[in-house]
Amino acid sequence: MIAGLAVAALLWEGYKAAGDPEGTVLFGVRVLPRADDLSMPHLWTIGRRLADPEMTGGRPVWLVVLQACLFTLGITAAGFAAGTVIGLVLAAAMQRFRIVERGLLPYVVLSQTVPLVALAPLIAGWGGTLMPPWATVSVIAAYLAFFPVAVGMLRGLQSPSAGGVELMRSYAAGWWRTLVKLRFPAALPYLFPALRLAGAAAVVGAVVGEISTGTRGGIGRLIIEYSREATSDPAKVYTAMLGAALLGLLVAGAVSLLELPLMRHRRHVEVATL
Amino acid sequence: MTAVVVDNVTKVFNRGRSDEVPALTDVNLTVGDGEFVSLIGPSGCGKSTLLRLIADLIEPTSGTVTVAGRPASQARREQEYGIAFQQAGLFEWRTVRRNVELPLELRGVSKAERRAKAEEMLELVGLADFAGHYPGQLSGGMQQRVAIARALAVQPPLLLMDEPFGALDEMTRERLQSELLGICAKTGTSTVFVTHSIAEAVFLSGRVVVMSARPGRITASIEVELPSRDEAGRQAPAYFEKITEVRQALRS
Repeated sequence: MIAGLAVAALLWEGYKAAGDPEGTVLFGVRVLPRADDLSMPHLWTIGRRLADPEMTGGRPVWLVVLQACLFTLGITAAGFAAGTVIGLVLAAAMQRFRIVERGLLPYVVLSQTVPLVALAPLIAGWGGTLMPPWATVSVIAAYLAFFPVAVGMLRGLQSPSAGGVELMRSYAAGWWRTLVKLRFPAALPYLFPALRLAGAAAVVGAVVGEISTGTRGGIGRLIIEYSREATSDPAKVYTAMLGAALLGLLVAGAVSLLELPLMRHRRHVEVATL
Repeated sequence: MTAVVVDNVTKVFNRGRSDEVPALTDVNLTVGDGEFVSLIGPSGCGKSTLLRLIADLIEPTSGTVTVAGRPASQARREQEYGIAFQQAGLFEWRTVRRNVELPLELRGVSKAERRAKAEEMLELVGLADFAGHYPGQLSGGMQQRVAIARALAVQPPLLLMDEPFGALDEMTRERLQSELLGICAKTGTSTVFVTHSIAEAVFLSGRVVVMSARPGRITASIEVELPSRDEAGRQAPAYFEKITEVRQALRS
């Protein structure tokens, strides 16, 4: 992970040193981005910007970004949790009733092709009446997060062999106990990759949701605000992006923390969730 | 009381559809208490189907199955039998001990009692030292022994086995056969054992039921008396005579 960061830093600075400041243009199309200080500030510029105050005499940028991260983390966590629960329930329902799987699965897939931007104003309208405004962003995060969980979990729940299912039947175990004792544990190797995807989707949902619902206080809003200053203060917007990346890492870390104790003795299956 | 009565049972898969398959036709079978009966026949003769009917994993098209004096479905709900398949089918996320505990857990047996019972069963199959291992850490033969311990854990009066040693090598297979006989003798369990090995059927059983395919039906029932069921028994003339007899019954 440290090595990965180092490589990323090297690539950034390396391209900055070697790349054309005006970007590489081929047949009128810019195939490589500009490498000037305005588009790609030096890493140390970004680092220094983190330490400087946001505005003259204000709080330092790192503190503002961190606070925005925490705000968005709360939204992401709520959306991630809600999305996971919804995904699990949908998967269980689809496993239980063949007809639900046939009827629902196409719509589950369809739900993800509806552009989020079209949906956001509708959901934002619930803020203040049905729920506090921040919760509408969580709804958007949950809307993106439930999908990989539902699809991955369905496959996991269907993964036990006929022998295992027959064994449970021979023990006179009904659907619920078969789910708890056999299907759910068998589905865990499918669930965790799905949770990773869902976590990333929840972060994207929260950031984009904040922007499209105009929610203040989070990292999404900060990215928009700082990008307006990009011409005069190009490093600033990158500090906010670092914050968003940190958020993603935190969520991925949380999933790993959950996975570690549960998956220690398990074979890992190859899963293509989509 | 008899352990199993199969009365005039017919089983047709996909009934009324174009891919209709008659699996069993007019099958009658009685297994007495403490009796060891093997079902043998070519693939597709319905021996596994018959076992699944006794286990109430599938339902007969016509006829009745009675286990321990009760309808098969009731016997299943009351867990009158333990079952083991060709694939050990252990739950890889549970330790060996907790795999054996599974049927007890589903019966609501207390934790301490469960543990004691599982230890006892693992002792019986010679795997007491592996209680804390995970199935992935065991060989195929050991996994199969765990599966047998699991089937025996509820101390069922009836043991149903579907080619439990089919995937094992010859040496392991013979050792497990002797172990199984010892366990059955010790616990007085009635057993229905599906196999496609003539030698295995003769060595284990008090009676070998020979089946034929298309449609699946019972063609012969051969009583087996061996002087002993051990290494000497495997070399006794009676053993080879019975093997020949079963082979001829399978041919006819």
